Amino acid sequence: MSTTTAVTARALRPTVAQTFVAMMAREIRVMRRNFVSIFIRVLLQPLLFVFVFAYVMPKIGAAGGGGLFAASHAGPTFSTILVPGLVASSMIMQGMMAVIFPLMMELSWQRSITDRALAPLPIPLLAVEKIAAAGLQALIGGLLVFPAVLLIHAKGQAPSVHIGNWPMFVVIMVVGSLLAASGGLLLGTLIDPQKIQVLFALVLLPMTMLGCVYYPWSALHAVRWLQIAVLLNPMVYASEGLRAALTPQVGHMPAWAFLTALIGGTAVLAWFAMRKFTDRVLT
Amino acid sequence: MTAPAEAAVRTVDLHKTYASPRGDVPAVRGIDLEISRGEFFGLLGPNGAGKSTTIGMLTTLVIPTSGQAQVCGLDVVRRPVEVKRRIGVASQNNTLDSDLTTFENLEFRGRYFGMRGAEARRRAAELLDMFNLTDRRGASPFELSGGQAKRLMICRALVHRPEVLFLDEPTAGLDPQTRVNLWEMLRELQSEGQTILLTTHYMEEAEELCDRVAVIDHGEVLASGTVDGLRGAAGADTVITVTYDGAVPSGVDSLRGRDGVSKVEVSDGQVRVFAREPDGLVGELVTVGASAGLGVTDVSQLRPSLETAFLTLTGREYRE
Repeated sequence: MSTTTAVTARALRPTVAQTFVAMMAREIRVMRRNFVSIFIRVLLQPLLFVFVFAYVMPKIGAAGGGGLFAASHAGPTFSTILVPGLVASSMIMQGMMAVIFPLMMELSWQRSITDRALAPLPIPLLAVEKIAAAGLQALIGGLLVFPAVLLIHAKGQAPSVHIGNWPMFVVIMVVGSLLAASGGLLLGTLIDPQKIQVLFALVLLPMTMLGCVYYPWSALHAVRWLQIAVLLNPMVYASEGLRAALTPQVGHMPAWAFLTALIGGTAVLAWFAMRKFTDRVLT
Repeated sequence: MTAPAEAAVRTVDLHKTYASPRGDVPAVRGIDLEISRGEFFGLLGPNGAGKSTTIGMLTTLVIPTSGQAQVCGLDVVRRPVEVKRRIGVASQNNTLDSDLTTFENLEFRGRYFGMRGAEARRRAAELLDMFNLTDRRGASPFELSGGQAKRLMICRALVHRPEVLFLDEPTAGLDPQTRVNLWEMLRELQSEGQTILLTTHYMEEAEELCDRVAVIDHGEVLASGTVDGLRGAAGADTVITVTYDGAVPSGVDSLRGRDGVSKVEVSDGQVRVFAREPDGLVGELVTVGASAGLGVTDVSQLRPSLETAFLTLTGREYRE
């Protein structure tokens, strides 16, 4: 038996990078195993949405389709508006839930966070690892919704999507994912686990409804105060960024605006999240 | 600071005070410890004595308010990552990774500590075998019994062959048979040279396992030394406690100062006599009561042990 050749055995001296990679490997193992249950909770909502509004409503002759936004047939179809919006909302929701749900468990009850906190990694880097892992889930969540929003629509309601600017598209997807994960980590460390219902009602739902998911930001000029108020919502910048990358023909926010908000917002949220997380883990 | 005799664990005047809305709550109030390599050391005290806080500070997750703590010569506050590389911790709560199987809990622990995949899997299999958990390798931590979960947590703490193993209440809540089995495993670990720091609120656990113990309560070390030494120094007395059905009769004062009796303590309705030579004392206390018209409702006699040492040191009965 060789349990405790502690003193004599080759000492393990992992580098911080090795430990970080091993933790990501753990996240990927768990994600692969629970793939369906992890992603279904976020994908179902956009799938149903696009099914009802881009397929059922036009079929039954309701005011769906382009009619919602464009008075004339020259305007974009509703499905064209929805593609970037629903990709953004899936990405942001997935990123936030991917970090909030496990964190609620880890910080309450048995404090199983100590499991990971005892790995040889500085605690702030453990926060970074959580952001990276949730960001990866956000990215996958965003990409998974693509085929559905592109393909589910009634005849004549096809979205008109063309990635004109690949680097822009990649940057928005990656930074948007990290933004969601950072925001999720911050919320998860601030919110009392008992109040998770409140989080959904007061944060996630308004974020989606007022996140320029179902309408472009420029169209909000008709409700000027709302157009300004929604600028507090990070979801807006992800939606508008993807709108610029995927459907540039639809009016969108200028690139400098959403890039500044996404990159700056990610940096600020990640920094606060790291600090709050460290405070919660160390007592 | 790299002398070969460098202690496995050393603390100097270690304090931890928690801030709470109702003011500061001191949990640890100046603890000094020195534990050598290869030693099996016990921190013994009732619940809330400050044991877990002390372990928390030594394992880098609780930041001391003042004082110093070193593990393997490394300061726990300034070099937490290096400390974490050298320690294994089985905490009191079930902190198993519930998204992973039993086997994976060990496999990934190995990988966090720099093992390659194959090496980590080999080590995981070896530990599961040693701790009789092989048939649970695919189980989720939710499916394990209390004893299995405790064993798995100890396995997990051992995966990377730590220099110091911290066990916080490893047998709390286990049935007696499981506890005895676990003791057996811990003894075996120590016989191989593993340094172990264990906290427990079970007297007999400290007596069974530890080379040395520190008795702590209210965040302070009351006494420390070998189990035998403590019994000799503070607990060589047998403790007789007699409860009357009325106020303690003044007749018991006749025992004070008598040869072989070290202390007589009276509290409402109860007298406690600490005596090196306890023969006949119970009978005498009953007689004293009877002559004052009192009956005796309860009698207990504790033979010298850590428990009587605790009573002598704190004046309070040990509550588990």
